[in-house]
Amino acid sequence: MMQENMRVLAHEEIADCIFELKLEGEMVWAITEPGQFVHIRVGGGSQSVAPLLRRPISISSADPSKKTMTLIYRSGGLGTGLLSETGIGEKVDVLGPLGHGFPVEATPLQGKALVIGGGVGIPPLYGLSQELNARGIQVTHVLGFRSAKDVFYQMAFEKAGRTIIMTEDGTDGRRGRVTDVLDSVDFDVAYACGPIPMLKALEHAITEKPLFVSLEQRMGCGIGACMACVTRATDANDAKGYRRVCCDGPVFKAGEVELC
Amino acid sequence: MLEVHLPGLDLKNPVMPASGCFAFGAEYGNLYDLNRLGAVTIKAATLQPRYGNPTPRVAETPSGMLNAIGLQNPGVDEIIRKELPRFEENKVPVIANIAGSEMEDYVLTAEKMSQQSVVNALELNISCPNVKHGGIMFGTVPEVAAELTAKVKAVSEKPVYVKLSPNVTDIVAMGKAVEEAGADGLSMINTLLGMRIDLRTRKPLLSNLTGGLSGPAIKPVAIRMIYEVSQNVSIPIIGMGGIQNADDVIEFFLAGACAVAIGTANFVDPFVCPKIIKELPEKLDAMGVSDINELVGRSWKK
Repeated sequence: MMQENMRVLAHEEIADCIFELKLEGEMVWAITEPGQFVHIRVGGGSQSVAPLLRRPISISSADPSKKTMTLIYRSGGLGTGLLSETGIGEKVDVLGPLGHGFPVEATPLQGKALVIGGGVGIPPLYGLSQELNARGIQVTHVLGFRSAKDVFYQMAFEKAGRTIIMTEDGTDGRRGRVTDVLDSVDFDVAYACGPIPMLKALEHAITEKPLFVSLEQRMGCGIGACMACVTRATDANDAKGYRRVCCDGPVFKAGEVELC
Repeated sequence: MLEVHLPGLDLKNPVMPASGCFAFGAEYGNLYDLNRLGAVTIKAATLQPRYGNPTPRVAETPSGMLNAIGLQNPGVDEIIRKELPRFEENKVPVIANIAGSEMEDYVLTAEKMSQQSVVNALELNISCPNVKHGGIMFGTVPEVAAELTAKVKAVSEKPVYVKLSPNVTDIVAMGKAVEEAGADGLSMINTLLGMRIDLRTRKPLLSNLTGGLSGPAIKPVAIRMIYEVSQNVSIPIIGMGGIQNADDVIEFFLAGACAVAIGTANFVDPFVCPKIIKELPEKLDAMGVSDINELVGRSWKK
């Protein structure tokens, strides 16, 4: 874990309010797993008081040979709104890499992985898919969006494996939810990131095979000290009784923690 | 230049992380040597383990944040067994924060904690609801705060610092009451009670409804309260509330603090404490000050 002022190499809106931010710096070499995240401090613009706390944003992909990492985030609130105004060449204050990501080794070599994402939970799955591919694992993606205007990275995912796009309103891909098509996919291990209702539905749907889920939670420190992002352990006899999403997660084995 | 001496605490510098913002030191200890700190104030211990509140537990506010963690901790026995050994090889002084929901809890917790050799002092969190008296905070009634202080002092083997709640109309009366009851020092201020409402759900954002406001937003309140209390008590004050840099530390000293604690700023910059410790001598040099103790209460001293 380190703190670095990373340089913005590229920054563009790739779907409705969805931004792709490419950063350069030494932190990239410290990334160990897909699904880790960074904690970004955003400067204040002329119209606002600078947000005090950092913003946790998942790492979408990284290229250590070029010292670059790509983040994809949704611009909604004050912090991400200001972040979206950051220009190429500017520096961004980044703390990371943080947390434990997806265990790619859980899928046997030459095996099959199912990667399921919903909306702004999709970005870290791209790096995961690349890592799985690199191990010779066949990957199928099921990606859910609200509407056609929200879809991003479809071609990139298609390059990494079969990709099923689902939209709630049917304006792109198939109409429906990610859980509607799971029966048609053959896989050994599933990985998911997205809204809690989606993860809950997946925990119900995928019971016979390993499933790993990545959680989102409001965070304070991002390093495990402030106890803001805890979630209960499912096992009533668990020694600690809780997990911290920032440092014990954000990725957990399905059933390890309560989804709420 | 930075050395300060307070009851039970011989500090090589006056900067320590504030309770609840630093857990038990393990996480920040991975980032830098804790011995660089003046002291460490560990997370509040209660008699029994506490899970704390449901999430959301934090919410950002302009220049601040609200938190309602709910004193999550593994209980005093587990802290003694699992967390305190970390400080056996460290030379950094440890202040153990104590909380409770009734007087007996505080007393038993304080007694156990004060017997630990690595603990140099106790900090009494009196901003907790007293479950036996309708949930009224111990720290909002001077007589109750004084009674609690006296009871803890009677069993504690180490000096006791009482952490004052700012959610009172007369902070000076509170400071005087706990001083008379035997407090060795004061910590001030704890967080200010606040709330945020979510426009989408139209409900309070925190699951606990209310939370404690911290961060730079509360710094002027802390400065004012320390300025007032330090003129009316003779025990030392550890100042806290929105400190972000060395200039803020100096402001707290001028108001009347003898040491400072850094809370929320650790979340913004995990290296903020060692950074401030490094900056302080340069700032004092620039002011022509050779000993930080000279600054205590300079804003009101003749």
